[in-house]
Amino acid sequence: MSIDPNRRRVSLCPPDGPNQQPPELSHINAFLRGALRVSAAHGLNSRPIEATEHPLVAGSQPQTEIAPAFRVRGLTKTYQTDGIAVHALRGVDLDIATGELLVLVGPSGSGKSTLLNILGGLDKPTEGDVFFHDAALTRMTTSDLTTYRRHHVGFVFQFYNLIPSLTAVENVRLVTEIATDPMSPEDALAMVDLTDRIDHFPSQLSGGEQQRVAIARAIAKRPEVLLCDEPTGALDSHTGIVVLEAIERVNRELGTTTALITHNAAIGMMAHATVRFHDGKIAGIERNPNRQPANSISW
Amino acid sequence: MTVTISPLDRKLLRDLWHLRGQAIAIALVLAAGVALFVTLLGTMRSLGDTRDAYYERYRFADIFAPVKRAPNQLRVELARIHGVAAVQTRIFSGVTLDVPGLAEPATGQLVSQVDPTTGSLNNIVLRSGRLLAPGADDEVIISNAFADKNDLGPGDSIKAVLNGRRQQLRIVGTALSPEFVYALSPGTIVPDDRRFGILWMNRDALAAAFDLEGAFNAVALKLQRGASEPAVIAAVDRILAPFGGTGAFARQDQTSHFFLTGELDQLAGFSRLIPPIFLAVAAFLLNIVVTRLIATEREQIGLLKAFGYSDIAVATHYAKLVLAITAAGIIVGLAAGTWLGLSMTSYYTRFFQFPFVYFRPQPDLFAFATAIAVAAALLATATTLRRIMRLTPAVAMSPPAPPSYRHSWLDHRSLIAWLGQPSRMILRHITRWPLRAALTTIGLSMPVAVLITSFFFFGAIEAFIDFHFDQTARQDVTMTFFEPSQADVRRTLAHLPGVLAVEGYRAVPAKLTSGTRQKRVAITGYPQGADLSRLLDGALQPITLPAEGLLLTTRLADFLAARPGDTVTVSVMEGRRPTREMPVVGLIESYLGIGAYMDLAALNRLMLEGPVLSGAYLMTDAAEEERLYRALKDSPAVAGVALRRTALESLRDTLAENLLISVTFTTAFATIIAFGVVYNSARIALSEQGRELASLRVLGFTRGEVTYILLGELAILILVALPIGSLIGYGLAAAILHGLNNDLYRIPLVVTPATYGYAWTVVVVASLLSSLIVARRIGQLDLIAVLKTRE
Repeated sequence: MSIDPNRRRVSLCPPDGPNQQPPELSHINAFLRGALRVSAAHGLNSRPIEATEHPLVAGSQPQTEIAPAFRVRGLTKTYQTDGIAVHALRGVDLDIATGELLVLVGPSGSGKSTLLNILGGLDKPTEGDVFFHDAALTRMTTSDLTTYRRHHVGFVFQFYNLIPSLTAVENVRLVTEIATDPMSPEDALAMVDLTDRIDHFPSQLSGGEQQRVAIARAIAKRPEVLLCDEPTGALDSHTGIVVLEAIERVNRELGTTTALITHNAAIGMMAHATVRFHDGKIAGIERNPNRQPANSISW
Repeated sequence: MTVTISPLDRKLLRDLWHLRGQAIAIALVLAAGVALFVTLLGTMRSLGDTRDAYYERYRFADIFAPVKRAPNQLRVELARIHGVAAVQTRIFSGVTLDVPGLAEPATGQLVSQVDPTTGSLNNIVLRSGRLLAPGADDEVIISNAFADKNDLGPGDSIKAVLNGRRQQLRIVGTALSPEFVYALSPGTIVPDDRRFGILWMNRDALAAAFDLEGAFNAVALKLQRGASEPAVIAAVDRILAPFGGTGAFARQDQTSHFFLTGELDQLAGFSRLIPPIFLAVAAFLLNIVVTRLIATEREQIGLLKAFGYSDIAVATHYAKLVLAITAAGIIVGLAAGTWLGLSMTSYYTRFFQFPFVYFRPQPDLFAFATAIAVAAALLATATTLRRIMRLTPAVAMSPPAPPSYRHSWLDHRSLIAWLGQPSRMILRHITRWPLRAALTTIGLSMPVAVLITSFFFFGAIEAFIDFHFDQTARQDVTMTFFEPSQADVRRTLAHLPGVLAVEGYRAVPAKLTSGTRQKRVAITGYPQGADLSRLLDGALQPITLPAEGLLLTTRLADFLAARPGDTVTVSVMEGRRPTREMPVVGLIESYLGIGAYMDLAALNRLMLEGPVLSGAYLMTDAAEEERLYRALKDSPAVAGVALRRTALESLRDTLAENLLISVTFTTAFATIIAFGVVYNSARIALSEQGRELASLRVLGFTRGEVTYILLGELAILILVALPIGSLIGYGLAAAILHGLNNDLYRIPLVVTPATYGYAWTVVVVASLLSSLIVARRIGQLDLIAVLKTRE
């Protein structure tokens, strides 16, 4: 069994949709195959997981016939701080379907950021497993995780984290230079409506513009996963909506599986589902059959 | 009683602990500066004090004058010269020695000795044995170093040929003398204590041996305070001229004193040159570290002020931090400087022959070193401290504006079009803070320069050796005769075992005058076609000796301001003492000594003498060496024998020891600078760009790629610093040689590729190691925090 990195394009209207695997992707596959061997050795991928086993995601309409992008099983994360155990996650199970836009909400310390960090390969759980397709992230080495982030994950941060010494287009190019099948930086910036500001340095851009550059930078490598941690947290509502529109568009047009942390429950209106966290556990998942466009949300 | 530490001081201690790596690096650079300052100045003072006390206590003379043969009655006349406090008439002579256990002949300097308790001059310090028995004609006291090197002592004896008579001399004691602190045989620049020694003998015995009964051939004078040195010299010359006086000279031209003083001057020069470099680098590092610290603690400063701490209190808090680091540097520096000073002084005491050493604690020097270190530290951080005072709480507690970048010349000329984004980040960072980049570059160029100033000597000395021993004075043996000998002595010498070629020379003392400038030098006559000892021009090409006229060494020509075509007045101070106007017909290059050269026959004519020689150069067969040495030891007419091989050996040995010590220390100190600059720069870069770098790690950049961005800037600055440091080093080397070179020797300004290679390697390796220490921290970057926090 192998992973088709183009799988994401199968489900949702790919804009250009090449079906053949570009040769430069082969090394990613090699890496993922390596990860798979590890999972196989642990007998982890020998047990097919039926969607029905997980009613939390059952019924996600568009992707029922497609294996989920992430399978999270029994995820526990405990931090030891000065001898006191802090339970950030207490046994979380979750499947995230390919191409899904998921909103994670919950109070501070409820575990949503910890989950996002583990999904993004930035942190490792204390117990449990996370599969990205069939690769067990929880079995990967630090350098494997770097490769995973490099080729498969796009990040959007609350405070943008642009490189101040690089212009907008250069910030995007920073990522496309090391990606295997990126879109052009200009196209990425066009997707977030920033065509006219590509030669500006971050200090010359507004907060919303900076965040859109950050989104362009995150999606320019055509990641399979886009992880956003409070992307509108530092923005006013008007600018926040422009940013959300960009995220929505990327999810729709590129089929990028997207997880978005927010304190703002209203954003759930644009998502396929909202996952509520409480005290390190999933308190509930609300499917959203009537998704609203981002520009109709207000707060 | 309980001691309570104020919260601010507690914070100070924690800040120091947090900054310990950088604080230590800065303190070390500062310590190196303070240590060098204390070492160099302390050694210079100790050595100077020791010298002065030695001279004073053992009554080292002020004026010296050789003469051919002057009657003892002349002593009264000399004593009557205005300003003369004491007169010592003596007998001096060179002698060939046969030292047990030494194959080659050694050279001795015979000095007549009177009872040192009689208030005479140039008194010896007896180190072992006893003084000469009155009337004993075969007893000698020998110089201590010569005794040590040859394992000789009271009870042993050595053979010498005194004026043609072979004689067994019994050693009764060993001694030191203020006259021979640095004991050099003629024509050498480093002591060879194995093959050159001083022998003190009863005056009567020497007078008998050298036909100087009732006469003397050297005089030493002590001056009254305030006496005019030139006036006394002129008077001495006038009195001695009829008796073959070859010119009186003052203490500063006395060989031993000349070299000792030269060494002290060199220490003084280094103490002005090197410690400031270290202090400046330490000041720069303090500046960048404190500036960065203030930037990261901006909000805390605002908070403290909001709580009601005064501007002064807050600034004082940070000044204390600076002073704590400075104090650590000063304490380590003073301790290390004292230790180094002691070792260096004791090294010098062995190198120079002193009977005692003054190394006293020098509180004023400590105070001065402390003051300049503190001043440098406060000066370096004054602007930053002032900025702390000016910061209002409201401004301080809002985050600083992010660094703004603008398009610069870098972008316009598409200079960076072909560069990847990480490289652009590096270049933009450099051009965004050009002053800091420039100062860092200069800071990094300093260790290169400092290393060159000590390491270049190896190559320069080799160039000196190549020029002098391989191109110019190529003879294996240089012989000096007691008396000018008839030229047919050459045939006798040619028959000595192993002698392949003989070239005679004539050397006479003379005063050369050009306008108001005058110099006492030797005029040496070479036979036409001389090939063993050659004269070379500025391009190092052999010069054909003109039949008439003088060739001057370039340094002498510069001193006399005489050029080819000019005329100089030559006053010979030997024989019939002719005075002539002679044309300068050419210049020659010489690294050992200054002087004038002319055709041998022309010199004989000038001297109104037949074909006579003062000595001879021999080319010899190494296989026959031992037999030749035996013959030379017994040769009656030889006053001195200098061997090329042993001269080279002792030069190399002395320099190897001296240079090894200096190169070891310079390397250690340069490493400290390189480490201090690189470590601090890298830590600051990490502190400033940590968030960017962590973001890049999140985006999937590998540790290697992120390390490239962190250290690429430093790598570029180091690459720029290497040639700049080389240039500065070359300049410093030139300055050092300018101070070092003198009439006795001249080291050419040659900085070999190996020197640059060594300096570059040390700096690059030190930089690599220190940056790797910092690079390890990239693995510890908190990737999760960057998702959440604003700087």
